[in-house]
Amino acid sequence: MTYQTEPLTVNVGPQHPSTHGVFRMGLTLDGEVIQEAEPVFGYLHRGMEKLAESLTYTQNIVLTDRMDYLASMTSNHAYVITVEKLAGVEVPERAEYIRVIMSELMRIASHLMAVGFMLNDMGAFMTPLLYMFREREKILDLFEMVCGQRLTYNYMRIGGLSHDLPEEFVPALQKLIDSLPGFIDEYDQLLARNEILLARTKNIGILSRDSAINNSVAGPVLRGSGVRWDIRKADPYSVYDRFSFDVPIGSVGDIYDRYRVRVEEMRESTSIIRQAVKELPAGEIQTATVKNLRPEAGDTYGHIEGPKGELGFYLVSNHSTQPYRLHVRAPCLINLTVLRELLIGAKIADAMVIFGSIDVCMGEVDR
Amino acid sequence: MTKPASTKEIADSLEHKCPGAVVELSDKDIVVKTKSLLAVVAYLKNTPGLDFDYLNWMTAVDYTDHFLVTYNLTSLKNNISLVLKTRCDNRENPTVPSLVELWKGANLQEREIYDLMGIRFENHPNLKRIFLWEDFEGHPLRKDFIS
Amino acid sequence: MGIDKIDNPDIFPGPKQEKTESADIELVRKTCIEPTTDPDDWIEEDIRRNILVTTVDSLVNWSRRASLWPVTFGLACCAFEMIATASSRFDISRFGMEVFRPSPRQADLLIVSGTLTWKMAPALKRIYEQMAEPKWVIAMGSCAISGGIFHRAYGVVPGVNLMVPVDVYIPGCPPRPESLLNGIQKLYEKIQKQSISKNDKASLDKGNS
Repeated sequence: MTYQTEPLTVNVGPQHPSTHGVFRMGLTLDGEVIQEAEPVFGYLHRGMEKLAESLTYTQNIVLTDRMDYLASMTSNHAYVITVEKLAGVEVPERAEYIRVIMSELMRIASHLMAVGFMLNDMGAFMTPLLYMFREREKILDLFEMVCGQRLTYNYMRIGGLSHDLPEEFVPALQKLIDSLPGFIDEYDQLLARNEILLARTKNIGILSRDSAINNSVAGPVLRGSGVRWDIRKADPYSVYDRFSFDVPIGSVGDIYDRYRVRVEEMRESTSIIRQAVKELPAGEIQTATVKNLRPEAGDTYGHIEGPKGELGFYLVSNHSTQPYRLHVRAPCLINLTVLRELLIGAKIADAMVIFGSIDVCMGEVDR
Repeated sequence: MTKPASTKEIADSLEHKCPGAVVELSDKDIVVKTKSLLAVVAYLKNTPGLDFDYLNWMTAVDYTDHFLVTYNLTSLKNNISLVLKTRCDNRENPTVPSLVELWKGANLQEREIYDLMGIRFENHPNLKRIFLWEDFEGHPLRKDFIS
Repeated sequence: MGIDKIDNPDIFPGPKQEKTESADIELVRKTCIEPTTDPDDWIEEDIRRNILVTTVDSLVNWSRRASLWPVTFGLACCAFEMIATASSRFDISRFGMEVFRPSPRQADLLIVSGTLTWKMAPALKRIYEQMAEPKWVIAMGSCAISGGIFHRAYGVVPGVNLMVPVDVYIPGCPPRPESLLNGIQKLYEKIQKQSISKNDKASLDKGNS
């Protein structure tokens, strides 16, 4: 018996419990298999690149916080090292070490979110997410101790930092990083051999090595596909060349590999923080910078390894107090180039898990 | 350490392959003619020794009388990076060839430049606005945009 | 099938869909210029109520406020403070609100958290209109109150009250979870003072706007 079918169109978003922010997908389905997927962005486009042209260099740090709001410290870090490169400003040693500690803490918090939300979308409804939030709250307490904010820190300045560490910070940090590896082990043990997790993530959403490089993806998505490329090793910034750490990579490029890469990176981050705290020098935290910084005319590009990929800023200056052009190399937007390729041929139940494994923050996609 | 590629050497080898392509040369970047962009970029990608297999990012800057479309290419194997620029003088209808055939990662970035700057990319498979809606008038990131 | 070329011109959302949506956005942009008035009918002092209605009022108001169900409408950074409020540390479940409904038809509180852009505005209006009466709106964060640091941007709505009437404004960038809980307490006080006896003209107008 023959029967005819017609493709069904389903609109996912922009208001949807599983999307990581305001993201919309138009899916064309043939039964359960996705035939065509059209991602639509722009629901959070706030015009940051245009706004940055009317604010001074220091005021733009506030805008960078709100781009990737789950990893504000690393966005601040990327921006200030670009401006320091453009203007030729030196940073004291203590400030560099503290920046590394903050960036790595932020990386752990962001990966906790990424893994927690991916598992939430997979159906482990709230349990892993609330466990992740518990640990994340401890990290946010540390950040609040230093700069008073829980989410958008505005902590780094051009030439250093805004506040020094209070006395109670280092003991509290020691206590946290002594307990974190135990927590990551407990979490891993709970999930890594779980049948349902393995069935839903192994050999699904496979991104081959060549495709990953051709699509310009970066971060855990690239490393999950087997490319050992990490800006902290390839082009070290701050004082990362003084620490010893590994760069975990995957082999197959499926969702499970990306999940594993994130968990291992959390472990490596605790090791970096431990080394940094041991070597933390005394000293000042801010060089005396000129008020109303006016860099020389020219352009430059500065980049860091953010939790979601290579985050970079391209700044063009025309010798005034405001940048002539600020462009953000947003890893989340560029990583989304592979989404269509990964979704076509997949089942609809896998669509959300694939999207979660790419780990997107819409504030950075749309800016 | 990612070294910036030696622009002088690359420009010299480009003279043999695509004569007349390089318009300006400095320590940090190479400016090429828009007409020869595809040939230059294919040469940079496929030549052993250069192997620029990773398109890091691309953007456009509005210099009131012309546009400069900037590309950053990285070679993961050799750990070198290169900044390539191409100049677009036509203000009403700027057009630049699209690099989507060579690097699929250029897809969304070219749509973003089209949306915010108004530069069209020839042979792009799906050139339409990405952040703003279809009836939006104007291209916001241009210097003469009034909201 | 080439992955890069769009073979099928009827891809969803296709050009026809985009045209209608874009026309919606332009319409919203042209019509929503003046802020809607905040609902303040509950502060009239000279309502004379009889004892029977007072007891019924307090019962009805208690049942409405003690289990407000919010709809998931997190747009940007403030959404994460809202989720943190719903997590185990700040625990919005003590107030009966831990069930964030994805569907607006089952919810009665809309917490707009984050920046609203003109592209998202028709979706907000549609979600608000799909909610059944009685419903309340909280504008959380400075972007929802007035556009925040992005109020000069070309694509940002300068304040959610251009689109929907707002009951409680919670300032902050982002407001701490304790601030959100404080705002919810203020909403409780407001609900407590409402009465079922008088003709709720404002809420009838709300549905028609």
